[in-house]
Amino acid sequence: MNKNSNLSILLKGLLLENPVFVLILGTCPTLATSTTVIGAIGMGLAATAVLICSNVVISLLRNVIPSSARIPCYIVIIAGFVTIVQMFIHAYLPALYDMLGVYLALITVNCIILGRAEMFAGKNTVGKSALDGVGMGLGFTLALLMMATVREVFGAGSFAGIEIPFISNYKIEILTKAPGGFMVYGMMIALVYKLTHGKAPKKSEFSCADCPSAAFCGKTSCTAEKGEEK
Amino acid sequence: MDAFKSLIIILMSSVLVNNYVLSRFLGICPFLGVSKKLNQAVGMGIAVTLVMVVATAVTWPIQHYILNVFDLGYMQTIVFILVIASLVQLTEMMLKRYIPALHKSLGVYLPLITTNCAVLGVTIDNITEHNFNFVESLVNSLGCGLGFLLAMVLFSGVRSRINDSEIPESFKGLPATLIAASFVSLAFFGFAGVVDKLFA
Repeated sequence: MNKNSNLSILLKGLLLENPVFVLILGTCPTLATSTTVIGAIGMGLAATAVLICSNVVISLLRNVIPSSARIPCYIVIIAGFVTIVQMFIHAYLPALYDMLGVYLALITVNCIILGRAEMFAGKNTVGKSALDGVGMGLGFTLALLMMATVREVFGAGSFAGIEIPFISNYKIEILTKAPGGFMVYGMMIALVYKLTHGKAPKKSEFSCADCPSAAFCGKTSCTAEKGEEK
Repeated sequence: MDAFKSLIIILMSSVLVNNYVLSRFLGICPFLGVSKKLNQAVGMGIAVTLVMVVATAVTWPIQHYILNVFDLGYMQTIVFILVIASLVQLTEMMLKRYIPALHKSLGVYLPLITTNCAVLGVTIDNITEHNFNFVESLVNSLGCGLGFLLAMVLFSGVRSRINDSEIPESFKGLPATLIAASFVSLAFFGFAGVVDKLFA
């Protein structure tokens, strides 16, 4: 498949470049909102909406924004869309608004969105950036949904709030708590690596390479450490 | 005396019970990224604590004396992230000018903090979640920062042991780190209820 074809831009976000399991971006909301299926889908779709909008706008403005001031510009654009989504959810889905709480506002600092602005939307055309936003957003939603399914089915014995007979008698409650989040996430990353037979570029260690702040740091711990290891 | 007691409760619960990294999942990126070596973990932890307290000292008055007065509550996210971004820049410049030694050791961590969700999280939490007054907000931010520092330091110790062990191929690297984080988080689970019982 042509690497730059529109279809591959759309599909790469789902597995091979899945933002959560492969690029390891957006870890905080992944762990925090994957306790229930409903919360995971809500969070995923809210972030997808912000991602598509911000990708399109940043791509439109990519020749206007000076590269030295691009990060503050990106942050303002993203924060604007987050506010819109926040108000929308508050007005029409108040139950979801209460469930997501502070994590909704924290979409602003979700590395996936800033990361895609930096890695993709700032360099590509509007159409491609929109597709990238859809793909990455759905990849994020899918990843959240997978995590939430494991955590809610085995941790709370229900799926999207509907109780599952038998399993609900043997629930492993720790899965819905913080330690379970870390555990399931680690297992998922290992599973995706196994399933893709190492085709997906595995991060041997957490690195700044895809981190949007990498643009800031230049000589941070990460690059300094790599130098030492060599 | 009661006011003092409530401040201690806020501090203890934000350090131990509601630890931002291990039970609320905020600031996971630096927790996983900069916890490889002890000195870096300490540097990052101190920098985050500093920025959290300063950011709270600025955003709380903005929320209560500007946004609330002019009915601009919906601008919270945009205003706060801009304030934090500029504060981080200012802190860096001030440190560079007045305390160069500290800047040399903390400087590299400061820019990373702009996009640290723990900082934005604590400033918003102080206002919407807890509805704290100014002093309580500062204490809560200090506690969250110290909790972050504690988690970083503990975890850097755990991580140095992971490097020495034999791990299945698929679990090498991040998966093993996350599972280790899960156990550290399990340890902090034991603090739940401690604060309420201790001061009841």
